[in-house]
Amino acid sequence: MLGFSTRRILLAIPVLVGIVVVVFFLIRAIPGDPCTAILGERATEEACERFYAANGLNEPIWVQLWVYLQNLFTFNLGDSVRFSRPVTQMLIERLPLTTELATSALALSVLVGVPAGVISARRHNTAVDTATMAAANVGVSMPVFWLGLMLAYLFAFVLRDTPFQLPPSGRLSAGVRSTAFYDVWGWELTEGTTWSKFLEYLSNHVIANTFVTGQWDVWWDAVQHMILPAVALSTIPMAIIARITRSSLLEAMGRDYVRTARAKGVLESSVVRRHAFRNSLLPVVTIIGLQLGLLLGGAVLTETVFGLAGVGTGLVESIFARDYAVVQGFTFIVAAIYVVVNLVVDISYAWLDPRIRLE
Amino acid sequence: MTILSRKAALEELERQAADSIRLTAEPLSQWRLALRRFRRRKSGMFGLGIVTFLVLVAVFAPLIAPYDPNEVLIGKEDVQKRSGPCIHLLGCPEDQPQHIMGIDGNVRDEFSRVVHGARVSLVIGLATVSVAILVGAALGAVAGYRGGWVDNVIMRILDVVLGFPALLLAIAIVAVLGPGLTNALIAISIVTIPQYARVMRAQVLAIKELDYVSASRALGATPRRILFRRVVPNAVTPLVVLGTLGIAGAILEAAGLSFLGLGAQPPTAEWGSMLASERNQVFTAPHLVFFPGIAIMLTVLGFNLMGDGLRDALDPSLNE
Repeated sequence: MLGFSTRRILLAIPVLVGIVVVVFFLIRAIPGDPCTAILGERATEEACERFYAANGLNEPIWVQLWVYLQNLFTFNLGDSVRFSRPVTQMLIERLPLTTELATSALALSVLVGVPAGVISARRHNTAVDTATMAAANVGVSMPVFWLGLMLAYLFAFVLRDTPFQLPPSGRLSAGVRSTAFYDVWGWELTEGTTWSKFLEYLSNHVIANTFVTGQWDVWWDAVQHMILPAVALSTIPMAIIARITRSSLLEAMGRDYVRTARAKGVLESSVVRRHAFRNSLLPVVTIIGLQLGLLLGGAVLTETVFGLAGVGTGLVESIFARDYAVVQGFTFIVAAIYVVVNLVVDISYAWLDPRIRLE
Repeated sequence: MTILSRKAALEELERQAADSIRLTAEPLSQWRLALRRFRRRKSGMFGLGIVTFLVLVAVFAPLIAPYDPNEVLIGKEDVQKRSGPCIHLLGCPEDQPQHIMGIDGNVRDEFSRVVHGARVSLVIGLATVSVAILVGAALGAVAGYRGGWVDNVIMRILDVVLGFPALLLAIAIVAVLGPGLTNALIAISIVTIPQYARVMRAQVLAIKELDYVSASRALGATPRRILFRRVVPNAVTPLVVLGTLGIAGAILEAAGLSFLGLGAQPPTAEWGSMLASERNQVFTAPHLVFFPGIAIMLTVLGFNLMGDGLRDALDPSLNE
């Protein structure tokens, strides 16, 4: 197991290095002069010189790459040209929202997708099965942004002033604020240290922060704001998970050990739950890991629809503002998260299924 | 094949028996057998129906659409911008001009724009997938056939592409190239290349060990001839399936990029960008968001169902 994990981690390193190189060359691949591309057409030569010096663009390309790598290891992702603030600070503010959104959507898609797949498999070739799979087919075909807008229209407009009303945008209602857990608990912090930055990052997970500190009104407000984006983002992964669960369970139900279990008189519910279902979970685990890519990509669209200030909206705004340090930093962080999560999924897969380790 | 009910089991046996009788009666080509299997799947045929319908709509768009997609109706007709659908059959007064999907924010006929959008979306799907398949299959074939360091270099580079969430990398590429439909298509092609390359490589690895390839080699065929005449033609089946499903994915991704303002630019009648330009009016003019979205969903659904049907028909081993 240790050997497998080590090998898998070593295999991920070239991918991560590749990602860094791609992200590094992003800014250098912009057609034309990066100075005029970033500072604007009318930038003076003097301003350009200062810009080059500040960004180390006078150095040979290898030196630049080396400096870039060193900076990455100290979480220095450069400064946003537009806001004159460190990209890391923007990530501290924006990443928690995207994480909470993706996690809620993933949880929702697993909680609905897996049972739907099980029901569909157990009622194989019945109307229930057909209906579930038809719904799954529609689910994978639905554009996230369209579903988001339609949900907003339904729950914020058609159902307004009913108990089902839900907010169509933002993370918290106007005037509602989440107090960071370290303030609630009266921790003494020194401003500007890595530790305080880290705590600030943690506290920006609004739903989690308000939950642990018991700010229930704020928590409920945050949850309500999260429902529509999470539902919109979860449909595609949910449909995929339901399909995989169904086919995997169907395959397991055809195995000899299931026939044996039935032959010896085990209750059907027990056959499904203890013999077939457990063995059918492995492909589902892999698929869940892969869905993260969809979720992180879809989060860009969902955040745009629901006006959420996350990594996705930050990325798109920065593209239009030609704020390349932000584009680089955000792209790198999201890709790195994706690689690491897939690594964890692969390793847990091997842990669940010893056969994988031997390959 | 899992058999839960006796009825399904019997039907399956009958089908297999029927197939074997037909096989002995007249030898059928692989493609005809595949066609027969495809026809049997209702959902696949339904998908094919949707796709055929869309192709017809796209081809005959100028005949179907009552207006030019970019024709501004100010001063030509007495219509308000963003007014709702007016359908004479459903009780809209006869003296008002008929607009079955309403009027958009620039006083254009929404229906005409949606109809013309079918052209854009189908071209997007076909173009991106063709480019991605050609490049991906070539890379995969070379990697699989040559092996060694060539294989390693190609596959490691593709691993990096796969290391990014697809839409995110597409966004980053558009960031560099600049927003626009062509650049969005290039970006989507690039991010989808690895999947075709991987499948092609796996196919080539399996096929190049087969007897007929060895025979060809023994006869002195050049590597290029072996690769393109013997190996590749026998490896395309999964690519056809993957490509069909890929069209669905490409259309969805392109619509997403256009929605973010990174793909098709106004006034192009592209569903994603039509949705984007009216998204702030969703509470006042929901029809302008509803119809383009339905169009995207229907198209993607059609290709998805057709792809699933093809997969079952052409290569049952590919089944999930």
